[in-house]
Amino acid sequence: MNDTPLRIGSYELPSRLIVGTGKYPSHEVMQRAHEASGTSMVTVAIRRISLDDPSGKTLLDYLDRTKYTILPNTAGCRTAKEAVLTAQLARELLETDLIKLEVIGDAETLYPDTVETLAAARELVRDGFTVLPYIVDDPTACRQLEEIGCAAVMPLGAPIGSGLGICNPYSIAIIKERASIPVVVDAGVGTASDAAIAMELGVDAVLMNTGIAAAQDPVMMAHAMRLAVQGGRMAYLAGRMGKKLYASASSPMTDLIGSTK
Amino acid sequence: MVPARKSRRLDCEANVNATVNGERRTLPEGTTLHELLRALDLPPTGIAIAVNEQVVRRASFSSHTLADGDAVEIIRAVAGG
Repeated sequence: MNDTPLRIGSYELPSRLIVGTGKYPSHEVMQRAHEASGTSMVTVAIRRISLDDPSGKTLLDYLDRTKYTILPNTAGCRTAKEAVLTAQLARELLETDLIKLEVIGDAETLYPDTVETLAAARELVRDGFTVLPYIVDDPTACRQLEEIGCAAVMPLGAPIGSGLGICNPYSIAIIKERASIPVVVDAGVGTASDAAIAMELGVDAVLMNTGIAAAQDPVMMAHAMRLAVQGGRMAYLAGRMGKKLYASASSPMTDLIGSTK
Repeated sequence: MVPARKSRRLDCEANVNATVNGERRTLPEGTTLHELLRALDLPPTGIAIAVNEQVVRRASFSSHTLADGDAVEIIRAVAGG
């Protein structure tokens, strides 16, 4: 396939599918799903360590950092201040300048808080981070994040973990048309067709977690998502046919058997 | 809890009260982050620490001493999306 690799900041990603590490039935299933997805970037969250049970393997023992670029997130943060500290701790822990900025404004919808996200993005860019903000599918917010200096914008397709698909394809298309940084659809993808639809809109990548992890067979779904992202990307690059209201026959309408001359 | 090695000398030493991941801890004065990790049975890798909302670099764990009222956050990477 004749395509340029995805570049986010100084990072080059061979795969346009970014996947999470949450909600898998086991670390082993997660590892196999990552493999099947063909991904080159995986997300992790940052939390307090348990002081009661500090021993044992950590998530990082199950992630091959020679294969996957780690994208830490600020999930669970509700203010810019919390998100900035979480990002700085993630940078110290993982020795990366990458951060998936997520500042949540509502506990039930998990919709981002745009005001706090913009404030955190400003501070993190100033601090030298490569910032990938999760944001509403709002072209204005996305433009502002680009102006701040974010490396990509990641509008939601639908609420996190909802699996509702790309609820507003028109706003995603507008965001992509106007952005000059990569657009990653983050959240909402429930099945392969959702991923294909996102990619057919022309976005640069898709980030998903629950869509794979909560499938009956996460490893097979990971493979399906890989194919869907590739298929959607190729369809976008190929350029789809125009839509028409009436039929247009694929076979010749002349020299039909039994026709009179 | 207090590192056992030092707690025996409590009588002649002042203590500091700090919170570690939201839990109150009484520690001997002069406890470093490195000593705190050892007392908590935590490895110095696979974690990161902030004291009073400022990240402390790993290289400073053995020189950074805790003061009364310090709020320590010790974090790690967990599964997430």
